[in-house]
Amino acid sequence: MVVPSSKLQDLIEEIRGAKTQAQEREVIQKECAHIRASFRDGDPLHRHRQLAKLLYVHMLGYPAHFGQMECLKLIASPRFTDKRVGYLGAMLLLDERQDAHLLITNSIKNDLSQGIQAVQGLALCTLSTVGSAEMCRDLATEVEKLLLQPGPYVRKKAVLTAVHIIRKVPELSNIFLPPCAQLLHERHHGVLLGTITLITELCERSPAALKHFRKVVPQLVQILWTLVTTGYSTEHSISGVSDPFLQVQILRLLRILGRNHEESSETMNDLLAQVATNTDTSRNAGNAVLFETVLTIMDIRSVAGLRVLAVNILGRFLLNSDKNIRYVALTSLLRVVQSDHSAVQRHRPTVVECLREPDASLSRRALELSLALVNSSNVRAMTQELQSFLESCPPDLRSDCASGILLAAERFAPTKRWHIDTILRVLTMAGTHVRDDAVANLTQLIGGAQELHAYSVRRLYSALAEDISQQPLVQVAAWCIGEYGDLLLEGSCEETEPLQVEEEEVLALLEKVLQSHMSLPATRGYALTALMKLSTRLRGDNNRIRQVVSVYGSCLDVELQQRAVEYNALFQKYDYMRAAILEKMPLVERGGTQDEEAKESKEAQHSEAAVIPTEPQTSKLLDLLDLLDGTSGAAQPPPPLEPSSEGTSVHLLDLPCVSPAPASIPNLKVFEREGLQLTLSFVRPPGTPALLLIMVTAINTSEADVTHFVCQAAVPKSFQLQLQAPSGDTVPAQGGLPMTQLLRILNPKKAPLRLKLRLTYNHFGQSVQEIFEVNNLPVETWQ
Amino acid sequence: MIKFFLMVNKQGQTRLSKYYEHVEINKRTLLETEVIKSCLSRSNEQCSFIEFKDFKLIYRQYAALFIVVGVNDTENEMAIYEFIHNFVEVLDEYFSRVVNNV
Repeated sequence: MVVPSSKLQDLIEEIRGAKTQAQEREVIQKECAHIRASFRDGDPLHRHRQLAKLLYVHMLGYPAHFGQMECLKLIASPRFTDKRVGYLGAMLLLDERQDAHLLITNSIKNDLSQGIQAVQGLALCTLSTVGSAEMCRDLATEVEKLLLQPGPYVRKKAVLTAVHIIRKVPELSNIFLPPCAQLLHERHHGVLLGTITLITELCERSPAALKHFRKVVPQLVQILWTLVTTGYSTEHSISGVSDPFLQVQILRLLRILGRNHEESSETMNDLLAQVATNTDTSRNAGNAVLFETVLTIMDIRSVAGLRVLAVNILGRFLLNSDKNIRYVALTSLLRVVQSDHSAVQRHRPTVVECLREPDASLSRRALELSLALVNSSNVRAMTQELQSFLESCPPDLRSDCASGILLAAERFAPTKRWHIDTILRVLTMAGTHVRDDAVANLTQLIGGAQELHAYSVRRLYSALAEDISQQPLVQVAAWCIGEYGDLLLEGSCEETEPLQVEEEEVLALLEKVLQSHMSLPATRGYALTALMKLSTRLRGDNNRIRQVVSVYGSCLDVELQQRAVEYNALFQKYDYMRAAILEKMPLVERGGTQDEEAKESKEAQHSEAAVIPTEPQTSKLLDLLDLLDGTSGAAQPPPPLEPSSEGTSVHLLDLPCVSPAPASIPNLKVFEREGLQLTLSFVRPPGTPALLLIMVTAINTSEADVTHFVCQAAVPKSFQLQLQAPSGDTVPAQGGLPMTQLLRILNPKKAPLRLKLRLTYNHFGQSVQEIFEVNNLPVETWQ
Repeated sequence: MIKFFLMVNKQGQTRLSKYYEHVEINKRTLLETEVIKSCLSRSNEQCSFIEFKDFKLIYRQYAALFIVVGVNDTENEMAIYEFIHNFVEVLDEYFSRVVNNV
């Protein structure tokens, strides 16, 4: 029994009548079953109706893939009603990923060449919506033929299909180049709009096309001119402007063509000036055209006067009450500010006004633009404005604003004191939102401004006393109080009000910071170190500080605990070093503040390990080097070196040129000829039993210098020999400065040492070469 | 270039959606909910252009219906704003009182 199928309208009424989602689903499922059955039966008469219902159901979000083959059948049918629904179904249900879509290529081809406008229109529409690359390639020539058909309805659709084809398959653009020039002579705005879009697409994709189309710039100018200057035309007027969409498109194309091209830009100048001045700006349509004009002027190589005109138009937009216009004006000004800085500066007050907008996107734009407009002459006023904005702005803009102010202050600060003030104020207002390196920057800045130490430490102290929740501020304040605590307590500073601060108050404040649960671990670290520094700066006794430090020696935080333990050690065992270690820090390089902190704690660590501080050690090493260079192999090592080698970690001494430990091996004279004497002295460092250091010393007691002196050595295979560079290659005459060379011999197997030496040198005008084995090597050298 | 065109009612249900670039079905619903959320939360005083991921959204409200168009960077926002109005006027002429029936 064939159930008479309901019409689409009935179905819609039924679905609308369903009160709940479940009911709706039930209705739809019943209907889908009907549709499926009907498709199976293959009823040609009502197929289109069934498909229409299926498409409606699909629009509501239910699956409809079983209708795909039906679309194909409908498209192939000769009736128009079938074709119409079939193509619509194809556009909605088929897309590139379905295999079935290629099957409609043939149908489309037939329909395109058929000659009935409506059918051609449908086919073109479908092709431009779902056409895949293969389909486009097959059908491109057909579309091109249709471009020059009489009848604007088909031509319009053909142009748009051409746009789609080019987007999918850019290689086919050559086919569409020739017709474009002719299409520009169109009267029909629809076709004209399509053509402009087509040309825009072509130019964007290929520079060759761009060059080709530069020739049509005069024509485009003409079209736009007629548009602008003709009077009211009922067909195309939107709120007084004649076809604004076409105008905008033409302007955009002119922008693309005129970019970086002097000649085209010149042709356009008059036209752009005309459009800019004559467009009616009372309604949105006019403003849209004006906006596009401004963008075009900015992008092409326009004359300076025109650019100023454009910026002024943008300024006028800013004063407009409509939010949308203000928004686009701010966006464009931001783009322009780099190139036309001075022109935009004139509108600075208006921009600053816009900061107070309640709309978030507007104020964000205004903020960016204001930050870009800050320069050395207006920095004070601008930072004032920006700071008042900071107080009231929404939280997501806070960090941008804070970083912006800090950056601007850094670049244009007129005086150091103003800079410090500004940073201080920003930190107090929006402390949690500043960037991480703001703390480092500020400490470096304060460190560098010697004359402002007293001033800054007072300001920071008062700020800290009021509020300890803003972490960056607390960190900087703690650091400053630690460093310059003595200045704080001194009493008077002419730049701030006299502030009488007691030692106890300072200590109490720092303790409060330490104990507060609002403080980050890093902040606590700063506070603890500051307390320590104050122990040397304050005149009172240090009991309170000692107490705090010992308490934190058992803190759960590892960093704090380590610091506290080290500082404790400083108080107890190394009290004599405390003042030196806790001296005022020197000015650090940019980015060095953190390193200094680390170095400070590392130094404390060294004192913990009970090793002599590095300062005296370096000087002792220099002494050693002098000795080695100087007199010939002294058997006694330099006395100051003794305490250092006495049993403490040798690793601290791994500097180049290891210092020899006291050795008792006698020296050996190995060679003598015509006044040139060669002596070997031996050292066995106690730490490394396999190592033997031989110092070869050459002395010249004759009257002529020995030049080009080269000494080479050879040892048996089980040894490892290393020759270090000699002190020179000339042994001066008459007992002058001897030449020395160090040999390192590793003897892991403790085999008997055998050493062969080869000397080459010039003496008395003769070159001499000597090879000999060193005999009588003392047993201690290798046992 | 216009990326998508949405018509949404005040309850947040999509009445019409047309995508001009391929987007997965499940991503579409996600995209739509986010877009609708940002448009519905705007007050009357705020401007009609929103920046959303890498699109720009231009929306316009007609009684209970929101029309939202997503475009890429090169498009002129005010022209699109005018275009939305043109679209509604055309529908109005053709179907009469289109806004109240959705």
